[in-house]
Amino acid sequence: MTDAQMDVGASRAPTAASQRSVLIIEDEANIIEALKFILSREGWQVFTHSNGHDAFDAIQRHQPDAVILDVMLPGRSGYDILRDLRAEPGLADLPVLMLTARGQSKDQDMAQSLGANLFMTKPFANAQILDALKQLVGG
Amino acid sequence: MLFLFSVAFWAERLPAHAKARWFNLPIIYTLSLSVYCTAWTFYGAVGYAARSGLEFLTIYLGPSLIMFAWWWSLRKLVRVGRSQKITSVADLISSRFGKSNTLAVLVTVLAVIGTTPYIALQLQSVTLSFAAFAKADAQVDMLGNTGSIALAVAVGLAFFTVLFGTRNLDVNERHSGVVMAIAVEAVVKLLALLAVGVFVIWGLNGGVSSSLQVIDASPIGRQPIVPARWIGLTLLAAAAFLSLPRMFQVLVVENQNEEHLLTASWAFPAYLMLMSLFVVPIAATGLKYMPAGANPDLFVLTLPLSQGHEGLALLAYLGGFSSATSMVIVAAIAVSTMVSNHIITPLWLRAGGGGAHISGDIRVVILRSRRLSITGVVLLGYLYYHFSSGTSALAAIGLVSFAGIAQVMPAMLGGLFWRGATRSGALAGVSIGALVWLYCLFLPSFGSSVLMPDQLLANGPFGISWLRPHALFGVVGFDPLIHAVFWSLLLNTGSFVIISLISFPSPVERLQGAQFVNVFDHSDAPRGWQGQTAQTEDLLIMAQRILGAPQAQALFSSAAQAQGLDGYLPDPTPDFLRQLERELSGTVGAATAHAMIGQITGGVSVSVQDLMAVADETAQMMEYSSQLERQSAELTRTATQLRAANDKLTQLSVQKDAFLSQVSHELRTPMTSIRAFSEILRDGADLPPEARAKYSSIINEEAQRLTRLLDDLLDLSVLESGTVQLNLRSGALKDVVDAATQSALAGQADLAVKVHFIPPHMKAMRLHTDLDRLGQVFINLIANARKYCDADTPQLIITAQLRGAFVQIDFADNGSGVPRDAQDVIFEKFARLSDQKAGGAGLGLAICREIVERLGGAISYVPGGQGAQFRVSLPIRAPKL
Repeated sequence: MTDAQMDVGASRAPTAASQRSVLIIEDEANIIEALKFILSREGWQVFTHSNGHDAFDAIQRHQPDAVILDVMLPGRSGYDILRDLRAEPGLADLPVLMLTARGQSKDQDMAQSLGANLFMTKPFANAQILDALKQLVGG
Repeated sequence: MLFLFSVAFWAERLPAHAKARWFNLPIIYTLSLSVYCTAWTFYGAVGYAARSGLEFLTIYLGPSLIMFAWWWSLRKLVRVGRSQKITSVADLISSRFGKSNTLAVLVTVLAVIGTTPYIALQLQSVTLSFAAFAKADAQVDMLGNTGSIALAVAVGLAFFTVLFGTRNLDVNERHSGVVMAIAVEAVVKLLALLAVGVFVIWGLNGGVSSSLQVIDASPIGRQPIVPARWIGLTLLAAAAFLSLPRMFQVLVVENQNEEHLLTASWAFPAYLMLMSLFVVPIAATGLKYMPAGANPDLFVLTLPLSQGHEGLALLAYLGGFSSATSMVIVAAIAVSTMVSNHIITPLWLRAGGGGAHISGDIRVVILRSRRLSITGVVLLGYLYYHFSSGTSALAAIGLVSFAGIAQVMPAMLGGLFWRGATRSGALAGVSIGALVWLYCLFLPSFGSSVLMPDQLLANGPFGISWLRPHALFGVVGFDPLIHAVFWSLLLNTGSFVIISLISFPSPVERLQGAQFVNVFDHSDAPRGWQGQTAQTEDLLIMAQRILGAPQAQALFSSAAQAQGLDGYLPDPTPDFLRQLERELSGTVGAATAHAMIGQITGGVSVSVQDLMAVADETAQMMEYSSQLERQSAELTRTATQLRAANDKLTQLSVQKDAFLSQVSHELRTPMTSIRAFSEILRDGADLPPEARAKYSSIINEEAQRLTRLLDDLLDLSVLESGTVQLNLRSGALKDVVDAATQSALAGQADLAVKVHFIPPHMKAMRLHTDLDRLGQVFINLIANARKYCDADTPQLIITAQLRGAFVQIDFADNGSGVPRDAQDVIFEKFARLSDQKAGGAGLGLAICREIVERLGGAISYVPGGQGAQFRVSLPIRAPKL
């Protein structure tokens, strides 16, 4: 699966100008589908990307308002991508929500030290994701 | 004889201090050496001179040279004897060469063989002289009764010797009574001979000048001087002087003080000179006055008798008697010491008598065996005399004995001066020398056809002429005595040196060698320095080295205080020395402490026993330290093992963390989908039916994935823990492959599977193994091929081959295979390749590996093939667990 930009729910979005965008970088297809459904329903413009290799390129291309970043990705880990992101002048302040299924405290420490804004362990309640994004983007 | 008893008794009974004064007189020591001059010398020298001219002088020349020119080496001998508590020649040689009892027995036997004829000689001279005396007296007719006189003398001497020779078992084997008696006898025989000499010169010949004319007229001066005989005999006498048992006894064993040697070194040659002074005049006058055919061996006695001077004759008789008895007594003591110490006592101990006895009993046994030996030695001499009476040449027997005992010489001197001398060398030398002596001299000396057939004497054994006893190796022209002395001593010394050079000494031999050869370094001079302060200082220096300075100084100063002395150096009193020895022995061991203190105080020289004990202690310490080393090595090993175990645990812990992390990930991922979609379904009443259906099926799918994961985890855990129950049964390999293929393909035709059996009859091959588990492995491998094979028309070839007691089954697909860097890890848990389409948790191959290993086989990835190729190798009969 390669880049997939889906304009799901664009018709229901309040205005194009005020619409916030989020890029989901995640390799599990079912999780992508669930997140896209939840976020689109709340008016987010959702981009998705499913591997670590060119995730950084995808971020630069889409210029989202926030990124949901999985840790275990094929090709390149979420931590590496975050490290690059924080080193990139234009992207250093991009809000990032990290997701992981490993659920150990050292993962959270790692994420924080690398500059993740928020960190969540799978599985999560759908409302938690929405609250977290609102907190990051202020929407 | 009675006089002898009283002298000896008086000497033994003297109060200690008087005794010390008397025996410290060097002249007593010197006179006791005169035991060298036996009846043979007393009577025989004159006979010798009458027969062979001046050659008799060699008998005096040898010992004089030794005493005068070589007294320092005698001092060494005496020092060794004292410091090693040597009791006899046999003891000396055995002690030097590693306490070899074989050597001791050899030397003892040689001594007995050499001494017995000599004792017989003494008995004979006593008997002959008595007979001569009695014949002239004519009042008593004892002629037919000479045998009983010899017996009476023998018994009397044996009794005297037993009485004074074994009164006590002194460690030093010193017999003051005997020595005193012998000194008195020495005076008697000298006075007797001088008296006869004076009588002959001034009484018979009427002055010195007329005596000289008598001598000139006699054949004595005209006897040719044969240099070979002179040299040989002088050498022989010198050797005998050193090694004759009785000489060793008085020279070394009975020596009270080394300093006495200094006096003896001039006084004894002087004594010998006096003894020989009138030999020639007496012989010449005897030849002139006595009728032809008179025995010249008895001139000393018969000359005064013939002139009617019975008083003088009695004195001469007493001189001869003294010479004979002193020789018999000392020889009996010396030889019996050897026989008792080296033959009887060892035999008795070996016979088991010594097993449970206390030392007191051993003393009794030794005393008894000593007494028995003395009696035996004297009796043997008597028997020899009894059976060989008739042979009249006394001097000949004496020289034969000399030559026999001289065989001890090379080993003795070699042992004293050459550290390289070994036991084997000494054994070889003494035995070869003794054999040559026996063969060339002793056996032929009994006369033709007595002990050695005429035939052999004339032509050699088996007609081999160069083995003739009197012309060994074709050497002719010497007389038998010199011939035998030459060959026996040459072969003796030669083999001693050669064997010593090629053999290795034992540790005891090395130690003793050093002790003997360097005796002056090891033992202090008897009048060692007595400076007490210096001694105590030395003790302190030694104690500091061993105990450490503070402790040693505290010990010394407290001892000094206790003695009421100022300063820190106490007097070396016996109490203090004992205390110090105790303290030191705690550190270095008792024997070492004893030896060290003995060395410094000079009271005790270090004996072999001490050194052996030191060596034992050192060995124990080395043993102890090697034990410590072993323990330390063990600790190191344990520590290494612990570290390895810890590393392994750490590694396991890291692996466990990684595993838990993986499991968490594999569990949480499907749960995330399930939770998210179930919330969507719960909250979204307005969802279109098709979305509802889709989301429900996703939930269902993920739930199944979770179940599979849990199944695999449990399976793996059971396999890894080794608690799995294998259900071993027999079945055809082909059936297992077919069933697995069918199951893995699940009716789909997306993978073409071909199965080959090589050779074809392998189809019927039956395995005895867990067929269900094996099927599980096959299903996994086929399913993997179905999942991962990326060829356009995926194909899997299964090949089963027989490899000895194993079957080898390859699964090869036509895809792109496993990347090289992943090939090493695919059998690890969760080593799923990055591609997610398999949908498994990455435990399949790990489970396969566990199963195959349980069944006694192996599974591997075969690199280099066209596609992915897995190989299962399996024993035909799975081993029982």
